[in-house]
Amino acid sequence: MITLTINGQARQVDTADDTPLLWVIREHLQMTGTKFGCGAGLCGACTVHLDGVAVRSCQTAAKDAVGKKVTTIEGLNGGKPHALQVAWEVEQVPQCGYCQSGQIMQAASLLSKNPDPTKAEIVAHMDGNLCRCMTYGRIQKAIVRAAADMRAKSGS
Amino acid sequence: MTKIDRISFPSDLKRRAFLVGTSAAGLAFGYAAVGGVGDAFAAGTFDPTIWYSMAPDGKVTVMVGKAEMGQHVSSAMAQIVADELEADWRTVSVQLVDNDPKYVDPVLGALITGGSWSVRMNFDPMSRAGAAGRITLIEAGAAMMGVPVAECRAANSQVIHSKTGKKVSYAKIVSDGKASKVWTPDQLKAIKLKTPDQYSLIGQSVPQTDIPPKTNGKAKYGIDAAVAGMLYGKPVVPPVRYGATVKAVDESDAKKVKGFVKAVTLDDKTATTSGWVVAVASTYEGAKAAAAALKVTYDKGPYANVSDQTLIDEAKKLQKDDAAGQLFVSAGDPAAAIGGAAKVLEAEYLTSINIHAPLEPMNALAYEKDGVWHIHTGNQFASRTGGIAAGALGIDPKNVVLHQYFLGGGFGRRLDADMVIPAVLASKAVGKPVKLIYGREDDMAMDFTRPLTYQKVKAGLDANGMLVGLQHDVVCAWPTARWGIPAFLTPSVDKKGSLDGFTVNGADFWYTVPNHKVRAVLNELAQKATPSGQLRSVAPGWTFWAVESMIDELAHAAGKDPVDFRLALLDGAGANAGGAKRLANALRTAVGRSGYGATALPKNSGIGVACVSSQERATATWTACAAQVEVNPSSGAFKVNRLTLAMDLGTVVNPDGVRSQIEGSTLWGMSLALFEKAPLENGALQVSNFDGYTPLRMSQMPDLDISIISSNDAASGCGEPGVTVVAPAIANAIFNAVGARVRSLPITAEVVKAAMKT
Repeated sequence: MITLTINGQARQVDTADDTPLLWVIREHLQMTGTKFGCGAGLCGACTVHLDGVAVRSCQTAAKDAVGKKVTTIEGLNGGKPHALQVAWEVEQVPQCGYCQSGQIMQAASLLSKNPDPTKAEIVAHMDGNLCRCMTYGRIQKAIVRAAADMRAKSGS
Repeated sequence: MTKIDRISFPSDLKRRAFLVGTSAAGLAFGYAAVGGVGDAFAAGTFDPTIWYSMAPDGKVTVMVGKAEMGQHVSSAMAQIVADELEADWRTVSVQLVDNDPKYVDPVLGALITGGSWSVRMNFDPMSRAGAAGRITLIEAGAAMMGVPVAECRAANSQVIHSKTGKKVSYAKIVSDGKASKVWTPDQLKAIKLKTPDQYSLIGQSVPQTDIPPKTNGKAKYGIDAAVAGMLYGKPVVPPVRYGATVKAVDESDAKKVKGFVKAVTLDDKTATTSGWVVAVASTYEGAKAAAAALKVTYDKGPYANVSDQTLIDEAKKLQKDDAAGQLFVSAGDPAAAIGGAAKVLEAEYLTSINIHAPLEPMNALAYEKDGVWHIHTGNQFASRTGGIAAGALGIDPKNVVLHQYFLGGGFGRRLDADMVIPAVLASKAVGKPVKLIYGREDDMAMDFTRPLTYQKVKAGLDANGMLVGLQHDVVCAWPTARWGIPAFLTPSVDKKGSLDGFTVNGADFWYTVPNHKVRAVLNELAQKATPSGQLRSVAPGWTFWAVESMIDELAHAAGKDPVDFRLALLDGAGANAGGAKRLANALRTAVGRSGYGATALPKNSGIGVACVSSQERATATWTACAAQVEVNPSSGAFKVNRLTLAMDLGTVVNPDGVRSQIEGSTLWGMSLALFEKAPLENGALQVSNFDGYTPLRMSQMPDLDISIISSNDAASGCGEPGVTVVAPAIANAIFNAVGARVRSLPITAEVVKAAMKT
């Protein structure tokens, strides 16, 4: 039995220590916003935050998340729409949408430490997240928009 | 070039022929009438046709028989309905239907999504459905207000009496039970539809209905399905793509895995899979561990030595055999014309095997309940996939319900049915619901691929540099023939039986060439060893690679500018009237915006062009591309700096939706052209994950410049044409930059370097 803190809630899961966090989240806990894409840390669809840092949940053993705050797409910004999610709608980013939870989680970790990223910084930060529909242009635009919205809101 | 009346697809695809023409695999459509989607039509709603329901609060639920895989087709269908219905867009939502035959495509007669057909084929029926509701509501609203019907109109979900401004809402009309008419097909046919100047929503970039749940994790894909008490399945796939059989399964180590239930060796009566085992366990991690622990011994079967080179050798042999294959196009006497030509060009064009690799791996949740099999998955061809599941189970297709979900990428991959087979057979074997999920490595190794293609083109120029004859042979596996559905095949013009038109579409181009022959040749070995499928853009993804490369080669050989050379061939003569001029216009648009001939380019840079009538001749979308590249002549390395696309698709339902499809498909075209290849060795696809199979990433994006040309012509498709035009434009640009002619895809630095030496 493993106890995890996910989106602010303590959750107990009956699984082995080395079960990937991805399957704990998706199947044991039925929080399906986090996606399985490659199982090898190559696509980014399973991206969640551990203590605010974007990680690939398919490459994170459940035991390594113990004692840390796990945040999934369902709990981003405490469940209220994050500026990125708003921007994602405004820019009409998703096509199939399957990678987009991971894209948003990855982007959120960028904006949390860099409120005004350059295009090159966005590309460098996002390049590990594959979008098979290739919505990359809109992802870039949405990140820029969300960053601007967040700066405007915080008055910086 | 008089082929437009011969190309039978889609206008001549007879629904009846399709329904009757099923293969031996048990593909008859069927459907168990169980609770589900139909329940949306609850008491008190207004349901003028099967395509939508209006609730007492005025909310509209549009039933969508199309697979939603990110092309926003569900939203487009709803937008078409809502325009004629005069519904407030904010009140409109969509519901994906299961495999209930009542929701088949009105033109195709099946639940199938592909070919960039959906908007084109459903624009009219969805418009009529919407109009029927509006007419009924206006009549009811007029009666409620006590005013003449002729003085009323509808807008924003209200009936308005124009003279007085009196209004009654759709919600009020429906909740008072005043609208109840159900329209017959004849009544629908008699409706006079809006003229384009009357459109309220068509042509507007309204927000796509499927996007909000795709930003917060709430969108449900097949892989997200769950039922109480389900077990998990993970396939163990054989070491060859096809033809293996399982000799023995040693479970001793798997039994040590916690929660292991059973190893199920598939006896697949549909022959869709061969040599598969499913490890079933109480958790997915358990199923995965058990799958890894199973020791399976195989007879690798007859194709264990087949490689890319084997397939190419076989294709070359077939191409040289004049008796092989069937004719798709036959006009004039190309042999004589080329024989008498002043200049003759001959070239071979190759494309590699490519895989779909949608980001959501194949999956299905299956279980039997009260004699009915339920399958939860996202699928593009529910009519056939339900039949395949029934065939695998040996049951009546009537007893299979396919529950539809969002598709985490389709691209043609989910036209196939393989994913339901291990799910139903494993579930049957253990007597419990099984959620089956392919590992990424299973998904890649067992893809129904874009086939390896070998094309030979021979063409002649007269003394004035005019193209007088062209012979084009296309040798590959025939993906669509594999379905065994006769209505999807095309009669050959030389009356040698049917051919798979989805291997040669596009080769029947809109250039005026008096002597023209296109031959489709089935590569039987490839057909057996590498079961192929429809990969986004299908044949035009390779036919235009050959055609638009050769046209460029001919232009250079004739000493003419490749744009001028194309425009001269697009004269719109005879059967090419109309379309050729629209294509020429798209070409001029892309060329003009690219700066071709006007902008001074850096050294070793070039702009190349291509123009296409993808998908089929009868469903063409007029698309052109100008690619600007920069080549390092010593290494062959190159960079695509900019892709300028122009697309004429007639009526544009949702301009931003169209733009997003063009963005994605253009990058797909570049990705296939440069970065994607699935090598075949020892009968196996040598790909297992995104380190070896490498679709384009954000850092590899070129600048995109996209022009949408709209008109009042019929709406055409936009999901695929962009894929087809990019590769030849890039290759032609490389030639213009450094004089290297590349003729095989993908184009790598090594390919360019090698071409520079010749």
